[in-house]
Amino acid sequence: MNDSLDAAIQDGAVVGEFVTDPLLQLRKVNVSFSGRVAVRDVSFDVAPNKITALIGPSGSGKTTILRSLNRLHDLTKGAKVEGDLLLGGVDIYKGGIATMLLRSRIGMVFQRPNPFPTLSIYDNVVSGLRFNGIRKKSLLDEAAESALISAALWDSVSSRMKAHASTLSGGEQQRLCIARALAVEPEILLMDEPTSSLDPVSTQRIEELMTELKNRVTMIIVTHNMQQAARVSDNCAFLLMAEDRAGELIEFAPTSKIFHDPSDPRTVDYVNGRFG
Amino acid sequence: MNQSTKSLLSRRNASDSPRAKGARGESDRFYVWTLRGFAALFSAILLEFVYSIVHQSWPAWTHEGLTLLTGTTWNPANSVYGGLPLILDTVISTLVALLFAVPVGLGTALVLNFVLPRRLQTITASMVELLAAIPSVVYGLWGLYVLVPWMSTTIQPWLGRLSGGAWPFSGDPLGAGIMLASTVLAVMILPTIVAISRDVIAALPKDLNEGALSLGASRSQVLRKVILPSAKSGILGAISLGAGRALGETVAVLMVIGGNAQMPRSLFSVGATLASTIATEYTEASPGNVAALGALAVILMVLTAAVNAFARRLVRRTGALSS
Ligand SMILES: Nc1ncnc2c1ncn2[C@@H]1O[C@H](COP(=O)(O)OP(=O)(O)O)[C@@H](O)[C@H]1O
Ligand SMILES: [Mg+2]
Repeated sequence: MNDSLDAAIQDGAVVGEFVTDPLLQLRKVNVSFSGRVAVRDVSFDVAPNKITALIGPSGSGKTTILRSLNRLHDLTKGAKVEGDLLLGGVDIYKGGIATMLLRSRIGMVFQRPNPFPTLSIYDNVVSGLRFNGIRKKSLLDEAAESALISAALWDSVSSRMKAHASTLSGGEQQRLCIARALAVEPEILLMDEPTSSLDPVSTQRIEELMTELKNRVTMIIVTHNMQQAARVSDNCAFLLMAEDRAGELIEFAPTSKIFHDPSDPRTVDYVNGRFG
Repeated sequence: MNQSTKSLLSRRNASDSPRAKGARGESDRFYVWTLRGFAALFSAILLEFVYSIVHQSWPAWTHEGLTLLTGTTWNPANSVYGGLPLILDTVISTLVALLFAVPVGLGTALVLNFVLPRRLQTITASMVELLAAIPSVVYGLWGLYVLVPWMSTTIQPWLGRLSGGAWPFSGDPLGAGIMLASTVLAVMILPTIVAISRDVIAALPKDLNEGALSLGASRSQVLRKVILPSAKSGILGAISLGAGRALGETVAVLMVIGGNAQMPRSLFSVGATLASTIATEYTEASPGNVAALGALAVILMVLTAAVNAFARRLVRRTGALSS
């Protein structure tokens, strides 16, 4: 499957029937920790202004792939990322993009809401801009308002911007983290099981939010929740652990194909809840 | 009703029976009253303690009045009891000690958490903890034999030249004095500051660090703008504990500060702190002197309590909001 995908790309053809002009390309990406391979030969495309979901059982390397995209593995001793990861055609490891700049182009939302607890709501939202050297109050105010509006949080927090972030509910904290990431105006937003610690109502609000945000930002979401992947994503990558416990890409296709007409029998089993 | 529900019900009945309830109620009451008794006992001891020191110092307060706080000469031989030089030396030596110990201590805590590999972390941490186990008198000796010559021949002349002999680096480089006391105090309170702030920082969630990096922060921005502010309340607690120890430290200070109660003119001045004066003069004190020393003890207690209360308030304010 990977080979045919690569062949298609080398021909300059459109991959599958859905990705034209990819924003992000992964080609034979391998990630290992102290020599142990966690992700092997993963290749797929991320289409702009679409939601790409990574699904698969626990340990199949979804988080590991996500974290290789904003170079968070740089912090881990013994972690090694190989292969080509191209953002707009430029390799994010070998192409000379500064890591800090890369991370403001590819933002991240974590599994557990992680606002800065001692900072106010306002300071949380503008923290990324401040890290990037923006000081002007009017710019920060404007960005804070627009990011909070985008994250559907403005109405409930506009009157208490000075309150600590920790006074918000879990769902609000996660939307604050989304607002904080959006304020930097990234091209891509990585979301690692962003609703797994939230209640159903908060989960639904975040899913709605993701659909609304599509015209602004490209999203890659890791999810354990099959229905969530089916509801929100446009394209879907299904991963599975090989014999040696390395994660491999089994199938990559439009979400409707993955759920209704998958090519690989293992995908059929997984989406029908038969393992994992 | 099936079998399992029945057994659940019967179990509930057993523990709710009047006898079980009565026994539990009694042991609860016994427990509560024992705790109340201890609390009352400790309060009584504390009150007695404060009362006796205030009582002992009472003649000095009525006789000398505010001179104990504002008088600039401390000369027990002539029954002159102006406590200001002692208060100043105590406060200055503590502040300067914090000036050395806080940046070094926080830096060490950050390095321990974020830079060193785990093995070196453990080794360095246990070495810092060893520092805390050294008795003060040994610090005093180290100050006398190692630091005095080094201060008087190297550090102080260098500081004097650098500042052109300007305050606070004016005066003769004697070695012993306020600056040396501050240095020794700094080393003594370092383990407290390192150990507590390291633990506070280590207890922060790991995803704060990654959250900040993911927004494009540099490593140093993460430390300055996220890690330190998030650990603020605990760090303040660490600093105030260190300050409390420095204010009250007796033997080591007594050995290196020069033992001369005079108004401090610079950091090179010899001096005497509240604690060191109480310890040196108590054994051969006249009744009037004993009362004055009691007054010094009261002042020292108030200072320490104020530092604690201040720190508590800061910790409560930041801690309540960061929980
Ligand atoms: N920092 C790390 N050090 C060592 N192994 C890791 C690290 N992060 C992930 N792994 C390994 O990579 C594999 C994939 O993990 P992960 O990407 O978290 O899976 P998923 O997100 O799909 O549940 C696992 O076997 C895990 O043990
Ligand atoms: Mg994961």
